[in-house]
Amino acid sequence: MQTKVENNKAWFLVLPVFIIVAFSAIIPLMTVVNYSVQDIFDQNTSYFVGAEWFKQVMLDSRLHDALIRQFLFSLTILLIEIPLGIGVALMMPTKGKSASLCLILVAIPLLIPWNVVGTIWQIFGREDIGLFGAFMSTIGVDYNYASDPFDAWATVVLMDVWHWTPLVALLCYSGLRAIPEVYYQAARIDQASRWAVFRYIQLPKLTNVLIIGVLLRFMDSFMIYTEPFVLTGGGPGSSTTFLSQALVQQAIGQFDLGPAAAFSLVYFLIILLVCWVFYTTIMNMQKDK
Amino acid sequence: MTQSSTTHDSKPSAAKYGTAETIQAPVYSHAERKARNATRRSRLGMVLYLVLLLLPIYWLLNMSFKTNTEILSGLSFFPENFTLENYAKIFGDPTWYMGYINSTLYVVMNMVISLLVALPAAYAFSRYRFVGDKHMFFWLLSNRMAPPAVFLLPFFQLYSSVGLFDTHIAVALAHCLFNVPLAVWILEGFMSGVPREIDETAYIDGYSFPKFFVRIFIPLIRSGIGVTAFFCFMFSWVELLLARTLTSVEAKPIAAIMTRTVSASGMDWGLLAAAGVLTIIPGMLVIYFVRNHVAKGFALGRV
Repeated sequence: MQTKVENNKAWFLVLPVFIIVAFSAIIPLMTVVNYSVQDIFDQNTSYFVGAEWFKQVMLDSRLHDALIRQFLFSLTILLIEIPLGIGVALMMPTKGKSASLCLILVAIPLLIPWNVVGTIWQIFGREDIGLFGAFMSTIGVDYNYASDPFDAWATVVLMDVWHWTPLVALLCYSGLRAIPEVYYQAARIDQASRWAVFRYIQLPKLTNVLIIGVLLRFMDSFMIYTEPFVLTGGGPGSSTTFLSQALVQQAIGQFDLGPAAAFSLVYFLIILLVCWVFYTTIMNMQKDK
Repeated sequence: MTQSSTTHDSKPSAAKYGTAETIQAPVYSHAERKARNATRRSRLGMVLYLVLLLLPIYWLLNMSFKTNTEILSGLSFFPENFTLENYAKIFGDPTWYMGYINSTLYVVMNMVISLLVALPAAYAFSRYRFVGDKHMFFWLLSNRMAPPAVFLLPFFQLYSSVGLFDTHIAVALAHCLFNVPLAVWILEGFMSGVPREIDETAYIDGYSFPKFFVRIFIPLIRSGIGVTAFFCFMFSWVELLLARTLTSVEAKPIAAIMTRTVSASGMDWGLLAAAGVLTIIPGMLVIYFVRNHVAKGFALGRV
């Protein structure tokens, strides 16, 4: 890694990005901050209420539940998707036409609009017209994602695993391709077992991409909205209502601008905190290299 | 057969490396056989995974060729009365097919804007140190991580107040929120892979910065640009929440039309499936062009 040249004129190159992201991030965020400290009745009537909404949001049990559900969901899918993704990446062919074909086929779920993902599983899981639902009832499992909270949860998790494991797999696949062939040759000479090859050659080389993978999957699962919204509508009851959906319900559904804004900020801060931890880890790892 | 091939394999190695190798030869072929078994097993596993992966999509495709009565009358792996009626309905109705045109328009706009602003910025991040560069980079990244739901209402009001509500450019700009940071990140990864000596040599040869950038640098990272364009396309294409909120009639994306029409006509499953299948096709077309680089792109150019 060469050292970079110090040059403050580089700011001119960054300026366009700064302007466009400022327009679509800072201005809206300021609006949110503004709302979060006011009680708004209509366009011209509003009162300054200070930290009132924040207090209310922090004590709101619905939001606590949504937050717990959110963490539980993110952890569950990470625990399933990361090992499964590594496994799939290890199985993927490395050379020739079949490698390209596998790449394209594996990537397909990532290219489907999120509401269509919801629709696919909505259909697939139904007992009357869906293969999965019909299969479950054939083997004698009482399965109905629309009325049973556990089934709804399982279906949302299954959908997310189906949808996003390919991302982890592709990440690991590109990480595996970056390992020089000589490493494997050395392992063969040492007659290393398959497990030893994985544990001492492949896994260490995968650390970098796995961190990116965990980061992306954590963040994206933390703001999941469309798929469960289409699949279960957040129900039955509120068993699959995650943070984003709780927020949208409050902001658009009930039009409680103040509390919704305060909620947004708390939500955003949680994400920012986790994001910062990951970012520092990645940057430190690159420095160590 | 196996016997003869192993002796055939061990002979040249014995000739080359002397007698010590001949003792190891059977062990080696045993390991080889194990490796071959492992390949076979992993190929089997891969096929199984792909089948499970594609089954739900196949089910959608299968359904899109059936009539509603057939769908509701029972399960079958192939449509009995194969029909294109569902697709005909979509291509014959402007309120349906305009959705695809709208989506494509704002996705392309977003792709162009994101690439244009991200290219110089990514170059700056990969080549120079400047005041606040690390903070800027993190700030950009944090926008990629911002939940769209947080920005829903302010976006709506912002774009309404500047008269951009229900235009393609509004959605394209809104999607810049997560696509520009992503583009900068991926491009920076690819650009850092290009040795700095190339820049320096070009400057010594008398190239000005813009000339160098367009003539030399951009051709060097074209696979990176292709992958970035693909990712911008992908994330803008799959997003629904912002696109739906910022449009009402003129720029309504296909994804939003799907949700509305379906609930109004009392679940037209066949039509829903056909519309869903049509949303998958553009993604499959574009991924074909970047298939060899896409894995590196998913690692954000950092492998």
